[in-house]
Amino acid sequence: MLAFALKRLGLAILVTFTVSVISFSLLHLSGDPATSLAGENATAADIAAISRQYGFDRPLTVQYTDWLWKALHGDFGESYYFKLPVADLIADRLSITMTLGICAISFALLTAVPLGVAAAVRPNSVVDRTALFLSVAGQAMPSFWFGLVMIVIFSIKLRLLPASGSETWRHFIMPTVVLGYYAMPAIMRLTRAGMLEVLNADYIRTARAKGAGAGRVLFKHALRNAIVPVVSLSAVQMGFMLGGSVVVEAIFSLHGAGYLAWESIGRHDLPTVQALILIFSCFYILFTLLSDLANAWLDPRIRVG
Amino acid sequence: MSETILNVQGLTVDIPLAAGTLQAVRGIDFELKRGETLCIVGESGSGKSLTSLAVIGLLGKRLKVGASKLEFEGRDLRSLTRKQMQALRGDRMAMIFQEPMTSLNPAYTIGDQLAEALQLHRKVSKAEAMARAADLLGKVGITAAESRLQQYPHQLSGGLRQRVMIAMALMCEPDLIIADEPTTALDVTIQAQILRLLADLKREMNLALILVTHDLGVVARIADKVAVMYAGEIVESGTAKEIFDAPSHPYTRGLLDCIPVPGKTRPGEPLGSIPGIVPSLIGDVSGCAFRSRCVLARETCSGRIPKRSASGEHTYRCIQETLVSEVA
Repeated sequence: MLAFALKRLGLAILVTFTVSVISFSLLHLSGDPATSLAGENATAADIAAISRQYGFDRPLTVQYTDWLWKALHGDFGESYYFKLPVADLIADRLSITMTLGICAISFALLTAVPLGVAAAVRPNSVVDRTALFLSVAGQAMPSFWFGLVMIVIFSIKLRLLPASGSETWRHFIMPTVVLGYYAMPAIMRLTRAGMLEVLNADYIRTARAKGAGAGRVLFKHALRNAIVPVVSLSAVQMGFMLGGSVVVEAIFSLHGAGYLAWESIGRHDLPTVQALILIFSCFYILFTLLSDLANAWLDPRIRVG
Repeated sequence: MSETILNVQGLTVDIPLAAGTLQAVRGIDFELKRGETLCIVGESGSGKSLTSLAVIGLLGKRLKVGASKLEFEGRDLRSLTRKQMQALRGDRMAMIFQEPMTSLNPAYTIGDQLAEALQLHRKVSKAEAMARAADLLGKVGITAAESRLQQYPHQLSGGLRQRVMIAMALMCEPDLIIADEPTTALDVTIQAQILRLLADLKREMNLALILVTHDLGVVARIADKVAVMYAGEIVESGTAKEIFDAPSHPYTRGLLDCIPVPGKTRPGEPLGSIPGIVPSLIGDVSGCAFRSRCVLARETCSGRIPKRSASGEHTYRCIQETLVSEVA
């Protein structure tokens, strides 16, 4: 297990390094950064001055190591737009996005897994049909529309929940449901498919032949084997939620990191974009690593050769 | 007379299908005493596996099991609740399956899975259960039992896994073990070892053993009693000696002709075979199910087929009055 974990960790570090190179290159791939910073009416002298001020005149490798070294210490430079340290700017936004992401994936897992198991236990039953309906609806409904409908019902008509902002936990209820419902169908269907396959396995019959009860067979013997792909999928979904919750953040005016990334791209605020890409990627890599480790723990065939 | 462990009379298994009801097992009777080995022989689809699964109560809810008598150690299995049946399974009666490669849960160690079998039925600590597991692994011929307990199924060969399955069946010292083709998936040398092991354990622990197989070689090695199944019926049953010495049903005769006999079958001589396939059992089935493949078939074979007694417990179902072995 330790060897496996170390190998995965090594891989994760390599991927992180690659991602850092790519996100650093973005600055230079989109044209000369000094020219775009100087603006349309800048003279060649202005551009040279800016280039010197920001250190763009140094060799790329020096710039990269300098940038990476600072990034590792939490210094992502200064936002071109806000004239604030990027790290401070992101910290607030990231906590909102993380809260939303964790709530949404938890909501998705807590509804999708039990529903998937129930659907697999009785295929083609009412439960299975209902679960199928819910998942098709979740897949088909655009989140912006679902979000607006929720606002109309719960904020405007019933006046139960606040429509925008991120001040209290109540502000997070609707965004969690909307974002979580988006991730739910895939998790539900994968759980169902996995359980259907595993429940037909010979070792399930062995467990029943031993005299194990229905609950024990279902959760100890079947779910542990069926859940492995679901763990991997959840990691991908969670990574997606961090960067891809822009729509949901926009609808509910949650000023999260996804929303910031979207705004910063529009403003050509490259240090912010760079930092966000690096951070999102690191989280993505972290979730993948965690899901690999979780799966290795669940399935010994992954960790024991 | 030793005590009767299992008494089955008129067992039926019906499978409801879109095209009608498939009568997979059609009224079979057998009795098993402590210390006896009953071999249920038949080809694929003859209902032998369904019969064993019906006894241990592992058939799906869709399948309908009926019987005029289904008694295990004097208790009527038909009257037991699901919980009571569950308490019996793995404790008083245990089962060994055909596929050792897939019958163990890949996610848990051998030790965990063996210990579970005991802990489901006895109030013992994990350590005690593990000690018993190690003990039994030794008994089924697995060396370095202690370290095997920590291993996962995928680290073991098929033969070893089947030994583990046998050890698992023995955890609660059952009175009845049902082994459904336990050697089919194994190679020949391992087959012989596993059969010897089962026979030794049966003698040593004085249990009743039902062995389901399509392999008459297995039967010859291990059986006290034999029940030959064809198309959901027991067409012939008796002691192993009676069946091998005086096969009385044309089907049994046909089965025996398929096996080469050392010293009797000359090299190059074609072995016997039974033409045709098992008939469909959907809807009403009347007469002898074997008649479409039988060399001795007559018109009366489509009528009621009497159960005839050859000698002692040796019975067969055939329209022929004289023994097939004498006719042919």
